[in-house]
Amino acid sequence: MIDPLEAEALALSLRVAAWSVLCSLPVGLATAYLLARFDFWGKTALDGLVHLPLVVPPVVVGYLLLVALGRRGVVGGWLYDSFGVTIAFTWQGAAIAAAVMAFPLMVRAMRLSLEAVDTRLEAAARTLGAGRLRVFATVTLPLMAPGILTGAVLAFARSLGEFGATITFVSNIPGETRTLPLALYTATQLPDGEALAARLAVIAIVLALAALFASEILARAVKRRIGP
Amino acid sequence: MSTLELDVRTRLGAFGLEAAFAAPATGITCLFGRSGAGKTTLINILAGLLRPSSGRVALGDEVLFDSARGIDVPPERRGFGYVFQEGRLFPHMTVRRNLLYGANRQPAAGRQRRLDHAVDLLAIEPLLERRPRDLSGGEKQRVAIGRALMTAPRLLLMDEPLAALDPGLKAEILPYIERLRDIEGVPIVYVTHTIEEIVRLATTLVLVSDGEVAAVGAVDELMNRLDLRPLTGRYEAGAVIETIVAEQEADGLTALTFAGGTLLVPRIEAEVGTPLRVRVRARDVSLSLTAPPDISILNAFPGEVREVGPVDGALQDIGVDIGVPLWSRVTARSAARLELRPGRRVVALVKAVAIDRHSFGGVRDRPLTGP
Repeated sequence: MIDPLEAEALALSLRVAAWSVLCSLPVGLATAYLLARFDFWGKTALDGLVHLPLVVPPVVVGYLLLVALGRRGVVGGWLYDSFGVTIAFTWQGAAIAAAVMAFPLMVRAMRLSLEAVDTRLEAAARTLGAGRLRVFATVTLPLMAPGILTGAVLAFARSLGEFGATITFVSNIPGETRTLPLALYTATQLPDGEALAARLAVIAIVLALAALFASEILARAVKRRIGP
Repeated sequence: MSTLELDVRTRLGAFGLEAAFAAPATGITCLFGRSGAGKTTLINILAGLLRPSSGRVALGDEVLFDSARGIDVPPERRGFGYVFQEGRLFPHMTVRRNLLYGANRQPAAGRQRRLDHAVDLLAIEPLLERRPRDLSGGEKQRVAIGRALMTAPRLLLMDEPLAALDPGLKAEILPYIERLRDIEGVPIVYVTHTIEEIVRLATTLVLVSDGEVAAVGAVDELMNRLDLRPLTGRYEAGAVIETIVAEQEADGLTALTFAGGTLLVPRIEAEVGTPLRVRVRARDVSLSLTAPPDISILNAFPGEVREVGPVDGALQDIGVDIGVPLWSRVTARSAARLELRPGRRVVALVKAVAIDRHSFGGVRDRPLTGP
């Protein structure tokens, strides 16, 4: 039903998106917490930085990533010289590009849900003998679970669709960085690639719908657990 | 018996607070004042949820906050239970998990015993597996009290726990709070703005006004002070008398003895010998120069005028000593006609029917025993 080439692109897309979400979850949570709960110098600047990928062309983000993380880049050069680690032109690089592009969506959803958490409940938990960490784990986190879920799903979907930053940063290498959107783009460039392009498009649509559906079911389960 | 001491200054926007009081940590200490007076701020400072800009808070010889010495014990280590006005139950947990939340560090056996005890005391057995959203307001407050008790608090803080409830529910919860005082022996700091709750519950009264503590003392003593009238309430003004149930009479009356004689009131269901606190409002007391022979009023107490309040519109409050202080609200015209002034002999007439079930409170002061 799915030929090996499509399967490869599909599996790679899923892997890239999954890692993108997994790795950005803790960072996203910390950023959302910082933005929702604290007032500090430079907050507006941080907020702007987080939202930047939403407003600048994805190619620009890809280019900046290349400048920073490429083998001769500021951070990338150091990584390569010290550890022999290369990020550019690898699937890990694709996951980073996807994570950066999806980050604003994730932080936004988490921040909104965190702002909706009643801090008075957290105060009540403190009077019951719970330290800050336990309050966060047992009160704050469960109550913002729907927001975390929404953020993760949005970021996952965004990562699946990432194109501009990915192709700029990690190029279009079959089996390494050629995710579904890149494979689809490549197919459209081939003289007889219409059928392949159509099939890849269908896969992309089915995948997106499945993610939405799964998140809906999860969200309902979470809502039942934590109440209105 | 330890003492709760507080001496703090803080500023919240335009509201400044500069309050100090010391009260024995026994029975119920009521913080009383109008809304906006600073009661909740004070109780939050006690809980450690609000850090005053300077000052000191101590329970016995344990210092909880001292700005000079840089001490600020966080709320989770103060060992105080807190019952909030709105309950604040965790919506994502069952009642059972709410109750156990504060007991997670206790040994399992003791925790179960404590849970059984709290469930029993507050009659919340049928609610255990329910979610807070499925509880009525009164049930929520009972669970909130239980949850605070589960931490084995050294002091229980209650911030207007009845304010959000309708009158029927208030009457449902009040006995449970009295049980905390009388059976559990947990010292309680209780914030309220209703006189009824004070008469019923308070051992010590702390009057709070405009971010300051105006007076601290026994309920009867403070309620009888003319200079505190603006704080204790003009319309509801009156005396609080400590009595003992003396006799249940055959015709439906209950006789209460007090330092000034016997007060007859409509039947109160209480055993003979029960100490009872009665509020007699000034507007329910009339004065006469001689004991009127043919009158429906049963309670007539001879006494002497001690204090004459200022004329307020057409009215004037007269303080009479009948063995205990009593207040009477008369028209200024009557006061002039009867030449009411300190030293004048009068008879105070108290209408028995005016003393309703909202006028009573228990004043049992049992020795402290741990649960």
